Amino acid sequence: MQRPATMPLTLAAMILAATAGAGLAADPPAPSDLTWNEGAIDQSLTGQPGDPAAGAEVMTTNALGNCVACHQISAMPDVPFQGDIGPMLDGVAGRYTEAQLRGIVADAKKTFEGSMMPGFYKGEGFIRPGDGYTGKAAEEPLPPILTAQQVEDVVAYLVTLKE
Amino acid sequence: MTMIERARKRRMHRNLVAGAVAATLSWTVAPGAIADPVDEPTIEVNGGEFSLPTRVEPADHVKDALPEVMSGWLFRDADTRAMQLDDFENQGMIFADSGAEAWDTVEGTEGKSCASCHNDIESMKGVRASMPKMNEAGDDLWSMENFINDCRVNRMGAEEWAWNSQPMKNMTAAISVQSRGLPMDVAIDGPAQSWWEKGKEMYYTRFGQLEMSCANCHEDNYGNMIRADHLSQGQINGFPVYRLKDSNVVSIHQRFVGCVRDTRAETFKAGSEEFRALELYLASRGEGLPIEGVSVRH
Repeated sequence: MQRPATMPLTLAAMILAATAGAGLAADPPAPSDLTWNEGAIDQSLTGQPGDPAAGAEVMTTNALGNCVACHQISAMPDVPFQGDIGPMLDGVAGRYTEAQLRGIVADAKKTFEGSMMPGFYKGEGFIRPGDGYTGKAAEEPLPPILTAQQVEDVVAYLVTLKE
Repeated sequence: MTMIERARKRRMHRNLVAGAVAATLSWTVAPGAIADPVDEPTIEVNGGEFSLPTRVEPADHVKDALPEVMSGWLFRDADTRAMQLDDFENQGMIFADSGAEAWDTVEGTEGKSCASCHNDIESMKGVRASMPKMNEAGDDLWSMENFINDCRVNRMGAEEWAWNSQPMKNMTAAISVQSRGLPMDVAIDGPAQSWWEKGKEMYYTRFGQLEMSCANCHEDNYGNMIRADHLSQGQINGFPVYRLKDSNVVSIHQRFVGCVRDTRAETFKAGSEEFRALELYLASRGEGLPIEGVSVRH
């Protein structure tokens, strides 16, 4: 969509007021600033609901979440080569609350000690942290693997997986 | 997870994949391409010239980690497996042939080739199976690459080869082929013990942003699928391997670099102390498996 070159002042003021009111102007918390509740994260990282369709995209894209590398999801029959390292995600919304799912996606080890699952919203505490997949060193905190919005999108998809 | 649970999961996975393949029609992979490790007791190369066992009893120092020591060949698809059954089909042999040619080629200020001191390359039989090992001075653990460069510099007066250079990989391929069929048997006691301990520690260290150790995939999950990849035990008896993805032979350390990099970690360098230690530990995990080099993997 073409952005208008100028915007009527009143409209701009209305948008500003609306976003400020909904808390959208605030940056999402850094991974180290998350508030944990026994492995769960109660607050949305973005302050607004995620988009389940975008979440499905993140979950099946190699360069993003690639959740299907390890987990099978029957609701995605068109996605080939789903791995079997972790548990199936069918019905996962019946087993965990949204807050628990958010915490598991962000850093599963806070729920399942020793889990093989990487933390997708985690920036530090690593052994030999690297710069993405370059093999080169990088300073912590690293950018998390997924953005706050992508985490919320994934959570929004996961809560649809009821038995 | 019990073996039955694993088997059930795999069966479900196969059904799922078969369904997906049927649904998309664009996938040319046969359903049989994804399966449990195949039930083949041996790799029969060149119509039986070599009969290489694919499963052996674990040595004492790996009993707690692996119930059975298995060749990575068992985990590959039928086409890839077939390529290793015939030296004419095995593209890795082209590189081994180049290495054998270099063996007889005079280089350096001393006017020598490898053959000047070691005679026919067949004299290298057994070398690959004992690598890596302590050097003669007893103060360092050397991979085959270190021994080759020591000869080149100190006996031939020639330039060192870079660890993953083509001539180096060709030479390690040519030397490895001489040991085909001999069981892996590295020394892990005496001065090698501290190297082995260090390698073992590395094996279980969860590196990088993905926080993954070698063991996460190759001990806890061999036989399972990580996306389209069928995880093996990560044994190194087939190295150097001809890797279809690279259309080239790949060294042990080259593969290590790739694995550590893929955990979103700062990797170690090929030839580093760390990777030589890891090489020793992995060689010891595969004790008893026959040297397959040059094997074919994807």
